[in-house]
Amino acid sequence: MNETFNLPRALLKGLFLYLVVVLLIAFPLPNLGKLSAYNSLFPGRPRLPFGENPSEAYNFSLFDLDAMFASHEISAGPKPADEFRVLVFGDSSVWGTLLRPEETLSAQLNASAPAYCGKSARFYNLGYPTIAAAKDLMLMDYAARYQPDQIIWLTSLEAFPLDKQLDTPLVANNASAVDALIEKCDLPLDPRDPALVRPDFWDRTLIGQRRNLADLVRLQLYGAQWAATGVDQVYPPYPAPQTDFADGDDKFHNLRPPLDPSALAYDVLAAGMNHAPAPILLVNEPIMISRGRNSDIRYNFFYPRWAYDSYRGQLKVRADAEGWNYLDAWNIVPSSEFTNSAIHLTPAGETVLAQAILAALQPSCP
Amino acid sequence: MTLTHIAIFGALTFLAAFLSDRLRGFFLFTLSVLAVYALQPALPIRYLDFWLPTAALGLTFVFWISLTPRESRFTRGNLLSAAWMGLLILTLALTRFLPSAPSPLTPSVPPRLELVFAALLVVAALAALTGRVRFGWVHAVGLTALVVLLAVLKSPEASLWAAKTLRLANGQSVETASSFDIRWLGFSYIAFRIIHTLRERRMGTLPEVSLREYATYIFFYPALTAGPIDRLERFVKDLRAPFKPADEDWIVVVQRVGLGLFKKFVLADSLALMALSAQNAAQVRSAGWAWILLYAYAFQIFLDFSGYTDIAIGLARMVGIRLPENFNAPYLRANLTQFWNNWHITLTMWFRAYFFNPLTRFLRMRRFPVWLVIFVTQFSTMVLIGAWHGLTVNFLVWGLWQGLGLFVHNRWSDALRARFAEWASTPLRQNVLNVSGVFLTFHFVALGWVWFALPTPALAVQFFGRLLGI
Repeated sequence: MNETFNLPRALLKGLFLYLVVVLLIAFPLPNLGKLSAYNSLFPGRPRLPFGENPSEAYNFSLFDLDAMFASHEISAGPKPADEFRVLVFGDSSVWGTLLRPEETLSAQLNASAPAYCGKSARFYNLGYPTIAAAKDLMLMDYAARYQPDQIIWLTSLEAFPLDKQLDTPLVANNASAVDALIEKCDLPLDPRDPALVRPDFWDRTLIGQRRNLADLVRLQLYGAQWAATGVDQVYPPYPAPQTDFADGDDKFHNLRPPLDPSALAYDVLAAGMNHAPAPILLVNEPIMISRGRNSDIRYNFFYPRWAYDSYRGQLKVRADAEGWNYLDAWNIVPSSEFTNSAIHLTPAGETVLAQAILAALQPSCP
Repeated sequence: MTLTHIAIFGALTFLAAFLSDRLRGFFLFTLSVLAVYALQPALPIRYLDFWLPTAALGLTFVFWISLTPRESRFTRGNLLSAAWMGLLILTLALTRFLPSAPSPLTPSVPPRLELVFAALLVVAALAALTGRVRFGWVHAVGLTALVVLLAVLKSPEASLWAAKTLRLANGQSVETASSFDIRWLGFSYIAFRIIHTLRERRMGTLPEVSLREYATYIFFYPALTAGPIDRLERFVKDLRAPFKPADEDWIVVVQRVGLGLFKKFVLADSLALMALSAQNAAQVRSAGWAWILLYAYAFQIFLDFSGYTDIAIGLARMVGIRLPENFNAPYLRANLTQFWNNWHITLTMWFRAYFFNPLTRFLRMRRFPVWLVIFVTQFSTMVLIGAWHGLTVNFLVWGLWQGLGLFVHNRWSDALRARFAEWASTPLRQNVLNVSGVFLTFHFVALGWVWFALPTPALAVQFFGRLLGI
């Protein structure tokens, strides 16, 4: 046996090496999230990773934008010369909660196989299941590197209350991206907002980053199950959206009539419209219009009528004034075509929306 | 065992390595008794997660009494060990009064003290009774009781019935009863170790051991959850030997624990995210991916199990216990017989010693044809090993699958050994033969895992179809 072996010395050396490894990681590891088994070993995902039940959905939520986009089919390779690239942004209704990959809005737009400017249009689903304009703007800013020819941005009043812009976990955990956006677009958001997660030195060590690193590995491992099964979401039985409402419940967040535009993040919307890497079709997405008790007060779970009607009016005025390409699709889907929420559509509902969008989409060719 | 358990056991075992021989034995005994409670998972049936470890300790005490000559039972050491064991159990019961109950030593709040005290009296009475009857009776009744208990725990239907009965007795709702309500951690291994000692005593080959040594052997914490199943005389020889860890011991400790942690918590747990399961078996879309899921399962089950074994062997080595190997590159074996000589070795040896060999002797003495003896013994042994994993159709079919493979290999190799030996006259041909054997054996075993991994025959058949592209 090795005569020089000495237990205390070996333990000290081990401890020293451990500390070196732990502390050396205490600086940003650029591009680590871009290392991905997707689009090589496994096919890219048709929607961004999101899920609350990973063992059944083979999908889960993480905050690393590099890793999220690297797992998406948009990262499969350079943009083909004959592709007219359309990026679709929005909330869970765009991502496709309760919809299979082939039933989502983007998939249905692709199924229509339109051509623009002599190229075949390809629609990419970049929706993400939280509702906040700042989240959409952040994803749009990141996606500029994918050379879009057109953007479709679906939004709704719920995306605009100022107090929720930085609370979305995906936004809160990407403070540096938010800082860059605030500076670039002069956004009315506070970079010192406590909601923004700013890692300290220890958070950047190997120990502090263990969750993020484990998430990166798990995302790759779930790629095998995704590739094997095509499953990226659980489809549980669900309750129908609420159609009856308590008497006099006309609240929208902390706002009272009349709707104060300065309490809404219209500036975030304007920043997106003005700094977008491609022309945008702005869509006020469909909502379910209830026919139940007190539906003369509320349209649905999210919106009292006074707030939503005011929002629609303000958005129309702003879109006209700024010359935005705007589609107000708020009432084009019958209430029977909603699933578990006042904004989640059935496949048939998505078909109605897709047709309306295709009719409104008139890209200007160079 | 979780990483936290392993870290705590590792630290405590490290301390034990530097204790005097006498103190170390006492320390390992104490730790092993406490580990039975600490490792037991919480159960929905009230207090059951305290009663099951207590029952395991009680059974062990009762069987030790019957295994030990009368004159050796009441030595000072044994009385002290018995008192210490009882005191530990009562102390654990007392933790119900801690403000932060349950303590980390028990999965949930222990039952009332007077109930625990009464249970100890019952154990003492049973031990006194057992000590008075002939060993032949204890052997027969004990074996039957252990086998019945194992059968109840391994059968989903019987477990469900037992869960409902216990819930009713406890005044709990039977609506939510499940066969998973009764999970008795490590009982398969505990029962097999006790049966080993009963059989060896019956054959007159069991060494005389103290209560402390016997309990440490039965509950030795590194091997409690996943083996290996050591032999008492070998274990006690190490336990009694003076020990001071040498450099080579520490090297083995670091290598085996490190390797085990890597195999279990990095490789196996990663493969688990893509391995064949009841859920993805019906979802997989192509034959290619079905094979990948199956390969992932085959390696996951091996790395998981052998990783735990490595950790157990490494931890035990710190205190001078050289636990037997349980896996020896089984997937690199050129035929199924070799595979089973190198997969879960101690379990296979247990079945060989206490079922296969006696049955073979019995059948041969009655002059049955050799092929029939082999057929009956191979099939019945493998079906029993399947049943040890669970009394379900799929585990039994898995046992039949392995039994069929062993029987065919036995007859085939007997008939063709000479011809193959003649053909494999050059090193190249020998290598071709070996590689082909490894390939075929691995795939036979891997396909067998389909029965093992999936809960119903219908799903297994459906998955076989998917593997064939149907």
